[in-house]
Amino acid sequence: MSATALPPGFDPAQIPPGLAIAQPMPDVLPPVKPRKGFIGFVRRHPTMAIGGFLLLLMLCIAIFAPYLFTKDPTALAPALRTREPSARWWFGTDMLGRDVYSRVLYGARVSLLVGFSVAILASVIGLFIGIVAGFNRVVDSIVMRVMDGLMSIPSILLAIALMALTRGSVQNVIIAITIADVPRVSRLVRGVVLSLREQPYVEAAVAAGTRTPVIMFKHILPNTLAPLTVQATYVCAAAMITEAILSFIGAGTPPIIPSWGNIMAEGRALWQVKPYIVFFPAIFLSITVLAVNLLGDGLRDAIDPRLAKRL
Amino acid sequence: MTEPLLSVENLQTHFRTPDGVNRAVDGITFHVNAGETVAIVGESGCGKSVTSMSILRLIPEPPGKIAGAIKFEGRDLLKLSDKEMRKIRGNSISMIFQEPMTSLNPVLTVGRQIGETLRLHQGMSASDAEKKAIEMLELVGIPEPGRRVKEYPHQLSGGMRQRVMIAIALACNPKLLIADEPTTALDVTIQAQILDLMRDLKRRVGAAIVLITHDLGVVAEVAERVIVMYAGRKVEEAPVGKLFANPRHPYTRGLLGSVPKLGSSLTGHEERLAEIPGLVPSLKKKIDGCVFAGRCAEATDLCRAVAPALETKGPEHVAACHYALKEAAAA
Amino acid sequence: MSTAPVVLEVSDLKKHFPLRGGLLGTTKGYVYAVDGVSFSIRRGETLSLVGESGCGKSTVGKSVLRLFPLTAGQVVLDGKRIDDMPASSLRALRRKMQVVFQDPFSSLNPRMRVRDIIAEPILNFGLAKDSADVDRRVAKALDTVRLPTDAAGRWPHEFSGGQRQRIGIARALAAEPEVIICDEAVSALDVSVKAQVVNLLQDLQKELGLAMLFISHDLAIVEHMTHRVAVMYLGKIVEVAEKKSLFGQPRHPYTEALLSAVPVPDPTAKRDRIVLQGDVPSPIRPPSGCRFHTRCPYVMPRCKTEEPLLKPDATGHLAACHLHDLPEAENPLLHKTGATAFRAA
Repeated sequence: MSATALPPGFDPAQIPPGLAIAQPMPDVLPPVKPRKGFIGFVRRHPTMAIGGFLLLLMLCIAIFAPYLFTKDPTALAPALRTREPSARWWFGTDMLGRDVYSRVLYGARVSLLVGFSVAILASVIGLFIGIVAGFNRVVDSIVMRVMDGLMSIPSILLAIALMALTRGSVQNVIIAITIADVPRVSRLVRGVVLSLREQPYVEAAVAAGTRTPVIMFKHILPNTLAPLTVQATYVCAAAMITEAILSFIGAGTPPIIPSWGNIMAEGRALWQVKPYIVFFPAIFLSITVLAVNLLGDGLRDAIDPRLAKRL
Repeated sequence: MTEPLLSVENLQTHFRTPDGVNRAVDGITFHVNAGETVAIVGESGCGKSVTSMSILRLIPEPPGKIAGAIKFEGRDLLKLSDKEMRKIRGNSISMIFQEPMTSLNPVLTVGRQIGETLRLHQGMSASDAEKKAIEMLELVGIPEPGRRVKEYPHQLSGGMRQRVMIAIALACNPKLLIADEPTTALDVTIQAQILDLMRDLKRRVGAAIVLITHDLGVVAEVAERVIVMYAGRKVEEAPVGKLFANPRHPYTRGLLGSVPKLGSSLTGHEERLAEIPGLVPSLKKKIDGCVFAGRCAEATDLCRAVAPALETKGPEHVAACHYALKEAAAA
Repeated sequence: MSTAPVVLEVSDLKKHFPLRGGLLGTTKGYVYAVDGVSFSIRRGETLSLVGESGCGKSTVGKSVLRLFPLTAGQVVLDGKRIDDMPASSLRALRRKMQVVFQDPFSSLNPRMRVRDIIAEPILNFGLAKDSADVDRRVAKALDTVRLPTDAAGRWPHEFSGGQRQRIGIARALAAEPEVIICDEAVSALDVSVKAQVVNLLQDLQKELGLAMLFISHDLAIVEHMTHRVAVMYLGKIVEVAEKKSLFGQPRHPYTEALLSAVPVPDPTAKRDRIVLQGDVPSPIRPPSGCRFHTRCPYVMPRCKTEEPLLKPDATGHLAACHLHDLPEAENPLLHKTGATAFRAA
C-alpha cells in the first residue's frame, strides 16, 4: 500500500499496520530548480538582463570605439564619397567620404553621454525640488505652478528654444534637455513624497520622536529612489531621442562631433539613393533606446512585482 | 444517492515561479449537493481562494496549471472549451468577490451591469433586462430600486455594492454560487445584513453556496458543512455542528481555540487564547509527512515521515490525522 | 476600577477635516471625523475604542498622538497638556506614548534593518549611554516580543506578518512608553497569528504596567483584551463602561445592535439578532439630534432634535441615550431577555 518514499533514517517497522497513508500527489508542472546567482537573475528578470546586456554592449562600443577597427571619423576623403557598404567600409561612406561605421561608433559616445548626464542631472534636481515641495506647502504651490507652466510646453520645443539662445555644444544640449525634463521628474518625486508621508512607518517615526529633516533623509528619500531610478531610465531614453532630433534639425551637437542625429541629418538628402547612411545610426539609436527602456521596465517589475503581474 | 451538483476530485492547482513550483492546491476532493451551503475555511495562503478560482477556471495558465477533475452536473469543467466555460460562468455558476468596489465596473450603471449577464446568457432585450435588474435589486433588498438601477457604483455604499454584486451573481438563477470572503471587507452591522440576505436568498432561490472564508463566526452562522484547508490540502470535513463540537484535527482545534468568543467576560471563560506556534510551511517544497506536523504539539516521528490520508472519524466526519483515529477508537 | 494614576486624559477632542474644492481650493465644508470625545486611561489599564469604519476611532488615535493639529480639545499626557504644545517641546514627551499600526507591511520602513528600526526611538530620546547600550536595548526589545536576537540584522521583508507586527511592538516598547496606542494592531493578521500577538500584548501590559488604547472593530478580541470599552458612532462616544457591564447589559441601542451582529463561532448559539437598517450617515452632514436616530430601532420624536448627553447611571456606566430618561420599566434596553447570546447562555 505504501508508495511513499520514506525519509532516510525512518524505520518502516514504526508504521503501525493498517495506517491510512496519503498517496503522494503527482507533479502537475515539471519541477523548477530554484537558481541563485547570474542564471537566477536572468530567469527572474529577463527584460532587465536583455536591456542591461544591450546597454553594456553600447557602452563598450562607445568606450572602445578607437580600437574597434575604426578610422578617424572626421577624416574627409572627397574621392571616396558615398561608397556602398563593403569589406573596406563596413557601413559605407557619406557624402564627404567619411567612414559611416567609424562615425556611428563614435556617435554612441554623444548619445550615451547626453542620455546619462540628463538622467542624472534631471533626477538630482528633480529629487531636490520634489522633496522640498512635498514637505513645504508654500514652496509646493509656487514651484509646482512654475513646473505646470513648463510642462505645458512640449519638452522638445522647450529644448529647441533653449538651444536657440546658446551656441551648439554637447554641454548646452545636456543643459537644455535637462531643463525640459526637470518638471516631470519633480512632479513624480513630489507625488511619491506625498504618498510616502501618509505611510504608517513615517507616522510611527514621528511618534518615535524623529525630527523632520531626519524623516526626510532616512525614511522618505531612500524610498523615493526606486521609482526615481525607473523614471531616470525613461528620461535617459527620451533624452537620447531628443538629442538626436536636435542634432537632426541642426540645433544640437555641432557638426564636427559625430552624433547619430548629425549623421542622419547629413544622410537625409541622399535618403532615396543611399539609405544606409541614415539606416545604421537609426538602428543604433533604436537599439540603445530599446535597451534603456527594457532596463527600466525590468527595474520597475523588480521593484513592484505586484504591478508587473497586473500589467 | 443522487449525484452531487459539484464534485471536485483530486484537484491540484500549481503555479510556476522562479523559485520552484508553488503547490497552492495539492489534491483536494470534495462535493457540494444541490441547495447546500459548504464553507471552506483556512488562513491566508491555504489555497481556499485558489480552489474557488480553479472551479471557474479563472487561473491564468501559464503560470498556473490545474489538474484533477471538477464535475459539475456530470460534466468535467476542466475538459470544456473556453467558449463552453464562458457559458457556465455567471450563468449556472457565479461568483461574489471580497472587494465590491473593484469587482464592479465604475463607468457602467448598476442596471447595465446586472442586465449584461442576462443579455449575454439569456438573450434578453435591453428593456427586459432592465426590468429584471430592478427586480433583482428589489430581491437583494435595495430601497428604491427604480432609482438605484440608474446609479453608478461610486454612488453606493459598501454594503449596497455587495448587494449589487449578489444581484449580478443571482441574475441568471445559478445553481451554484461561490462566495469568496463576501463579508470580509464590510463592517459588522453591514455584514449582519448581508449574511441575513444570503440566508434568506438561499431559501428563496435554492442555489448551492460554496463560502470561502477565514471567519469561523461566519461559518457557524451560515454553513451546513465545513471543509478545513491547510497548506493546500483538506485536513478535515464535517457537518458544522460536529466540527465545532468535536474537532478531530489538531489544526482545527487550534483554530477554534485561537478565536475569542463574544461573551467570554460573562461566562468566565477568560483563559488565554490558544496559539498555534510557528508559521505556515512553504508550498514550494514537497512536504514529507503531515503538512501540519511542523506546528502540531502532538506530532511524532510518524507524522513527520508519513502523510496521513483522510479517514472517516465519525458519520460524515473525515480528518487527516494519524492520532485522531486513536482518539475515535478510544472513545 | 482602580486607583492607579490617570496617564492619559482626553477631553472634548474635536478633529474636523476641511473639504477643499473648486479652482481656488476654498473650504467647502468639514468632515466631522471626531466631534467631542472625552476619556481617560489609568496606568495598567486597557481602554478599547470600538466602532465601525468611519466612526472616527482611528482619527482619535492619531489626534492623541498629535500626528496632525487638533481642531479643539485637550489632551493631557502624564499631567502635561500636549494638545497645544509646540513641536519642539512635544518631541521629548512623545517617548511616553507610542503606537502600533494595523498594517504589518507598511508600518516598517522597507529600507531599514530591524536594528535601525528599533534603535530609532532609543536614539531620538537619548535613552542609551553608548552604541553598545543601543544594541543591548534592541536585543532586549526583541527578546520581549519573543523574537530571536539575530533578527536585528535582517530586513523587514524577511519576516511574516505576525513577526513584523512583533517588530512594530518592539519599536514601540524600545521608547519605554507609558501609553501604547494599538490602532487595529491585530486586525490584519491571520487567526492563529492574531492569537499569538493578542497574548503577547496582554502579557506585556501585565509585565510593564502599560496603559493601552486599543482601537479595534473586532468586538470579540476587544472583550478578550480590555478593561473598559468606549463605543464610537459618527465621531462621538455613545457609551463607556467596564467590560462586564457593557457586554452584559449594553445601555445604548447602537452597542446592543453591534453586539448582536457579531457572528459567534458556535453553531448552537441562538440569538435575537438586531439587524440595523441602512448605512452609517456621512460625517460631512451628521444627522441632527442623536446621530444614531436614523437607524435606531427605538427612535422617539425627541431624538431627532435634542442631542443626548453622555450620562452615568448608578453603577458609573456612561451612555448617551434619551431612553434612560424614561421610567425604568419603559426602557426597552433594560428589559430585554436573550438580546445577546451570552446573556441567555
